[in-house]
Amino acid sequence: MDLLKYFKKRENSKNVAKERLKLVLVHDRSDMSPHLLEMMKADIIKVISKYAEVEESEIDIKIAKSSDREKKSSSELIASIPIIKAIK
Amino acid sequence: MDKEKMGKAIVITSGKGGVGKTTTSANLGAGLAMMGKTVALVDADIGLRNLDVVVGLENRIVYDIIDVAEKRCKLKQALIKDKRWDGLFLLPAAQTRDKSALSPDQMKEIIDSLKRRYDFVIIDSPAGIEQGFKYSIAGADEAIIVTTPEISAVRDADRVIGLLEASELPSPKIIINRVRVDMVKRGDMMSTEDILDVLAIDLIGTIPDDESVVVSTNRGEPVVSDDRSIPGRSYLNIVKRLLGEDVPMEDVEKQTESKFVKIFKILFGK
Repeated sequence: MDLLKYFKKRENSKNVAKERLKLVLVHDRSDMSPHLLEMMKADIIKVISKYAEVEESEIDIKIAKSSDREKKSSSELIASIPIIKAIK
Repeated sequence: MDKEKMGKAIVITSGKGGVGKTTTSANLGAGLAMMGKTVALVDADIGLRNLDVVVGLENRIVYDIIDVAEKRCKLKQALIKDKRWDGLFLLPAAQTRDKSALSPDQMKEIIDSLKRRYDFVIIDSPAGIEQGFKYSIAGADEAIIVTTPEISAVRDADRVIGLLEASELPSPKIIINRVRVDMVKRGDMMSTEDILDVLAIDLIGTIPDDESVVVSTNRGEPVVSDDRSIPGRSYLNIVKRLLGEDVPMEDVEKQTESKFVKIFKILFGK
C-alpha cells in the first residue's frame, strides 16, 4: 500500500540502523548465524513437541543481549513456547 | 629523558578502512608535539603508506620501518624530524613491500626502542584484522579505536574491541569521526549516545565532518595546528585528554557554525 510506504520513509533512518546494528552484533558476538539459529529452532520445536502440544504460530526463539552484565557470556538464547497441553 | 620512565605507545586502529586512522594519528602526534611532548609517529601500513603524506613529510623519506627491521639502517637514521614541531618524528612505512614483511616480534622490538626515547609512540595501524593489525598492536600499551557513525564502521569497531580484549590491551577508547551534525539532528545519522549504547566502550572524543580536514591533507599540514578549524580544536581536546586534562565532551549540536556565521565570513572575508 502506498500509504504504508509513505509512513515507513518517515521513520528515522538512524533508528532503523541502530536496531539492525544491535541485532547484527548479537549474532556476530555469539558467532551464531541466523541460518544456524533457524536449524536450532526447528530442532527445539521437535523435541518439545514430543512432550507437549505447542502453539507453533506463537513460538518465538531468538538470541538477545544478556540482561545480566555480570554473566560471562554476552548473549542469551530466549525461547518463548506456548504449551497447549502435555502429551501423555 | 628519565631512564626509568618509558614512553607510552598508543595504537590507532579501526577494522574498517577509511574512517580516519591516519588523519587521527597525524593530528594526535602533531598535537602532542605542540603541547611540548616528544612523539614518534609510526606508519604501520606497509605497502600502502600514507602517514607521510598526511603529515607532509613525504619528500624526506630515506629509510623506512622495514629497513630498520631488516637491520639495513639504525632506527635513528629512519626517523624523520619534523621541521615545524620540535619533538615530532616520523618512522615511515615501506611502500614496495607488504604486510608479510614485518612480524609482531620485530615490531615490538622497534616500539620498545622508541618508548625508551620518546614520551609518546603513536602507531597508525592499517585497516583489517590480519597480519597488519597483529603486528600493529604488538608493543602497544593502549589502543584508540576510530569509527564513523555508519553501521558498517561501528560493526567492525565492535569486532576489533573483542580482538583487543582478547590480546590484553586494556580498555580501548573510541573516537567518533566525521560526525554530520545536521544529519544527527534530522535523525539520519546515529548520535554519540546511540553508538556508545551499542558498543560498551569509553569515548575519548568526537570529530565533526568538515572541509578543513581535506584542505589540511592537501597541504600536508595537520589540522590540529589550525585554531579556526573545528575538527582541529576537537583533535586538540583529545590530545589534552590524553595528557590527563579533564576536558568536557563537546556538545555536538553546538559544534558546527551556523549558516549565518558562514555567510558573514564569506561576505567580509575571514
